[in-house]
Amino acid sequence: MKVLTEKGIYRLLMIIALSAIAMLLLIVLFILKEGLPFIFITGIRDFLLSSEWKPAAGKFGIFPMLVGSLWVTLGAMIVGVPLGLAGAVFISEFIPRWAMKIIKPTIELLAGIPSVVYGFIGVMVLAPLIRDYFGGPGLSIAAGAIILGIMILPTILSISIDSIKAVPNSYREGAFALGATHWQTIHMVVIPAARSGIVAGIILGLGRAIGETMAVIMVVGNAVKLPGSAFDSVRTLTANIALEMGYATGKHREALFATGVVLLVIIMVLNYFAASAIKRGVKK
Amino acid sequence: MPKIIKVKQLDLYYNQFQALKSVNMDVDNNNIIGLIGPSGCGKSTLLRTLNRMNDLIEGVKIKGEILLDGVNIYSSQMEIYELRKRVGMVFQRPNPFPLSIFENVSFGLKVERFTDKKKTAEIVEKSLQAAWLWDDLKDKLNESAIKLPLYQQQLLCIARLLAVEPEVILMDEPCSALDPIATMKVEELMLELKKEYHIVIVTHNMQQAARISDLCGYMLLGEMIEFGKTSDIFTNPRDKRTQDYITGRYG
Repeated sequence: MKVLTEKGIYRLLMIIALSAIAMLLLIVLFILKEGLPFIFITGIRDFLLSSEWKPAAGKFGIFPMLVGSLWVTLGAMIVGVPLGLAGAVFISEFIPRWAMKIIKPTIELLAGIPSVVYGFIGVMVLAPLIRDYFGGPGLSIAAGAIILGIMILPTILSISIDSIKAVPNSYREGAFALGATHWQTIHMVVIPAARSGIVAGIILGLGRAIGETMAVIMVVGNAVKLPGSAFDSVRTLTANIALEMGYATGKHREALFATGVVLLVIIMVLNYFAASAIKRGVKK
Repeated sequence: MPKIIKVKQLDLYYNQFQALKSVNMDVDNNNIIGLIGPSGCGKSTLLRTLNRMNDLIEGVKIKGEILLDGVNIYSSQMEIYELRKRVGMVFQRPNPFPLSIFENVSFGLKVERFTDKKKTAEIVEKSLQAAWLWDDLKDKLNESAIKLPLYQQQLLCIARLLAVEPEVILMDEPCSALDPIATMKVEELMLELKKEYHIVIVTHNMQQAARISDLCGYMLLGEMIEFGKTSDIFTNPRDKRTQDYITGRYG
């Protein structure tokens, strides 16, 4: 009887686990089925590299959105990575354990704020500031970069803190025993030793930045055009889907699914790199 | 060039707990000094006061003096980074950095902002030779140090110290992670190194202390019970507690 129950539980858990994977597979298959044919009919080049997005005229080129996503994400990295890295080093190396135990969960709370709230702050506070000081519409790449940079901070910070904390103390002792200062120890031993974890954190943050939709829609202005500067308005891939899906039909709808395929591929490639960075760290 | 380490009336507290009780110790020649005693007797703590590694632990308080060449190492006359360069340390678990072999040995030079590449390469070679690693490792200087077998890692940690030319080498149970053959090799190396460096070694292994040390201190519950010539301590201890320990009555 006991054996039977055990086997039953085993099966049940397996079915639950497999159904999670099945759902992922179904989602991917569905998006591919809806989007891929369109890409092949239009041609990958025309779809990715044409600048004309005029659904009414049957023209579907996502180049401006691709560029928009790229710039906003890059900007988010420029804002988020230095802040995240410096913060992680400070929190894990310079403050007492009890303080870290308060600060780290507090930062992780940032991840729990709904993205629409970030967007709201961006629209109400950040965009006017940018408009006043740098000109342009305010709703711009810069605004998106700053908001996204803050949104990815918790990801980068907490993964980096964990990997810096996982560096064995014996490395630090070894460096101190050779007369290294604390800062020399950090940048010559600790960060190289934690590098793979830090890289993984950055890549996961990158993935989050590319995938973020709501906050971005609210602050980047959503104009379909190639930006001339960081203070121009752009539209990202995610925004493109979210803004138009409501009324799209036929070819237009297929084009949006194809945009989804592009996003999916980007995110999968990033996750692959993150996973291999983590694996490399474990091997060491 | 005999240098002098003098420990005078040293008390050390971990918060409320007193780990060292007015310890005295004099070293005035190129010797290997062995520190023995049961676990928790303070021998590692004493060792770590000599290059101020205990400073890294929160709640440590120290009274008394440790003189290196007549200068109190806990006074402002001695900069802590300078001290640690003059008094190097080898740890219980080999702890090479997760960098290449070359980068490990040249680490101390980089800390010094020493930039002469040719000279660095020379020093790396000399240090690896002095630690008997050159022949084995000269063709793989760019490989990762943490993939080496454990005893080579430990020798590498010694080479890493020799590169900065310390005056004193502290060893905290340097052989406890090694097999007997590797242990023998490290001991031979120590006998070689003592010609040029003072060595203070903490060991759990009484035979090891008997084999290699010239002076020996027996510690118990934070006190230095007896400190003197190794031959005296092992054949003719003055204190009954030392005798009990070395005859294996406890510990």
